[in-house]
Amino acid sequence: MSHLSLANIIKTYPNGFEAVRDVSVDIAKGEFTVFVGPSGCGKSTLLRMVAGLETVTQGTITLADRVINDLEPARRDIAMVFQNYALYPHMTVYKNLAYGLVNRGFPKAEIDRRVREAAEMLQITEYLDRKPQQLSGGQRQRVAMGRAIVREPEAFLFDEPLSNLDAKLRNHMRLEIKRLQRYLGTTAIYVTHDQVEAMTMADRIVVLNKGKVEQAGTPAEIYHDPASLFVAGFMGAPAMNMLEARFEDGHMILPGNIRVHALARPDRDEATLGLRPERITITRTPVNGTALPFQLDLVEELGAGRLLHGRVGETPVTVSTSGDGEVPADDLHAEFPAAAMHFFDKETGARL
Amino acid sequence: MKRGVIIDHAILILGVLFLITPLWMAFASSTYTAQEIARDGMRFVLGDNFIGTWGDLLTGAGSMFTESEGKTGEVTAVSGLLMLKNSLILGLGFAIGKIAISMLAAYAIVYFRFPAGPFFFWIIFSSLLLPLEVRIIPSYEIVAGLGLVNSYTGLILPLIASATATFFFRQFYKQIPEEMIEAARLDNAGPIRFFIDILFPLSKTMIAAIFIIMFVVGWNQYLWPILMTTDKEFNTLLMGIKNIIYIMDDGKTPAYNQAFALAVLSVIPPVLIVVLFQSWFVKGLTESDK
Ligand SMILES: Nc1ncnc2c1ncn2[C@@H]1O[C@H](COP(=O)(O)OP(=O)(O)O)[C@@H](O)[C@H]1O
Ligand SMILES: [Mg+2]
Repeated sequence: MSHLSLANIIKTYPNGFEAVRDVSVDIAKGEFTVFVGPSGCGKSTLLRMVAGLETVTQGTITLADRVINDLEPARRDIAMVFQNYALYPHMTVYKNLAYGLVNRGFPKAEIDRRVREAAEMLQITEYLDRKPQQLSGGQRQRVAMGRAIVREPEAFLFDEPLSNLDAKLRNHMRLEIKRLQRYLGTTAIYVTHDQVEAMTMADRIVVLNKGKVEQAGTPAEIYHDPASLFVAGFMGAPAMNMLEARFEDGHMILPGNIRVHALARPDRDEATLGLRPERITITRTPVNGTALPFQLDLVEELGAGRLLHGRVGETPVTVSTSGDGEVPADDLHAEFPAAAMHFFDKETGARL
Repeated sequence: MKRGVIIDHAILILGVLFLITPLWMAFASSTYTAQEIARDGMRFVLGDNFIGTWGDLLTGAGSMFTESEGKTGEVTAVSGLLMLKNSLILGLGFAIGKIAISMLAAYAIVYFRFPAGPFFFWIIFSSLLLPLEVRIIPSYEIVAGLGLVNSYTGLILPLIASATATFFFRQFYKQIPEEMIEAARLDNAGPIRFFIDILFPLSKTMIAAIFIIMFVVGWNQYLWPILMTTDKEFNTLLMGIKNIIYIMDDGKTPAYNQAFALAVLSVIPPVLIVVLFQSWFVKGLTESDK
């Protein structure tokens, strides 16, 4: 039984632009769902429709067994954390947190209890009397979180809340948001264009592209079992290697006249072959005719590992290896394990 | 470096002297009797009639005769305090009224989607092309028709609409981030609460700036009050400066001393307003509320 559900949602902006095209997503209670996709794919539009800040052209949004399509934002029992925090600059942190409750007529004592509890949780108690401009970016982010927490809503909505923080703080807040959400058990939708955020935070990921759902699933499913070329290319860093492959009498032919015995093949003669960089093995001694010549161009030292940038035939290929041992030099071969090979339709990008 | 500082200061001091000297002369001269000024001209040094001149001016006691249309007759002069009150009412009413109306107008234009919104905005905006002087006769007609001649309402109300202030508030509201407005919607702040709790406090610096400008403009109104009031009870300080020359001290000499005192008096409130609000204004600007 889903707690928050989007059913066949369509959004056409007044200028005729179709930002969301028939999106359906079901979110279980307490689940942390991340909408991820490139900029302009309609993530914010979708989230803002759930919040009530944008009208729904077609479709139904249900939250806790209640259709909320036409409810005022304030009556939907959701709380939103904005990208630029959107704190009230003239109010103290305390008042920023309390404002939504004051406006809902909560008794003073209850407001005070909730504000202090949230402040405690977020470790901003000592800043309660400050104004937002006296806080750092990270602290403002916490206040914005606090404003959502005190409401004790049915669902949290986050719209790229970490994109204004520096990398280190971002990693830290990522964990913290996730931990808080777990602790509170509140259903959450989190919108981001950053696939690392999506992978690390989500219980479930919904990958969006051009207003459509490309794939929905757990981070592991999305990563290991991408439903389309788009998902395969978008999720994962370094990106999945893509090779144009042809198949002929049990052989696979790659650009540059590379011909090997095909360990796996799709149901047609031409397809795009996708391989995660860490699933390719590099060897000096080729095994039984399935190894491909790998021409090394550049080595990227990452400390914990190494990225080998090179070419197989004419196609650039990146291989991720563990960092120990000498940097291999020439006369290398790449092995593509059959289980790691993903085939996609060359035209539609659909998984074969 | 040091020479530069000295030169800078010299220039500044010269500028200050240039601006202050006439004011000082007016003030110094106001501490003499009218006869002394008529005989010896304006003064740089303080005299001993400060209490006499200023006392007479504020109470309106010293001026007993008036000469107009060739006739000399006994009238009571308008007291300086009454004129000060009238000027303050006009200046404050003007400034506060304009701010209130234009804030609301801009609020409607920026935040409420109604079909003719942009049209109304441009109508308001193009009224900038029609200053009071151009439409003064029809304006008078309307006010007279409403029976508001010789009333504060008649003095203030017709001047209260302000395209300039509306435009400034509109620009100001437009740069308030959309997200903050949305956050307020989620916080259950309806239009009235949003205006009172958020828009108004955020606009404080803007209000201070417009208040300074509008107060001075209102304070300096001359043509409009002359047209709109016939009763001396509504004389403002600026009208008084002109009138006071007709008031004869001791039946012979125009009351130059009181005229100077009145000129000085009429400068003080705008200066105070500017000084008071300016510190505020600068503070608001440097604290940067957004
Ligand atoms: N008010 C609007 N009117 C017309 N088009 C819009 C409007 N808001 C957003 N769009 C368009 O809709 C698409 C999706 O926008 P958005 O949901 O903000 O994308 P993102 O995934 O980056 O958050 C974009 O191409 C954007 O240009
Ligand atoms: Mg967005």
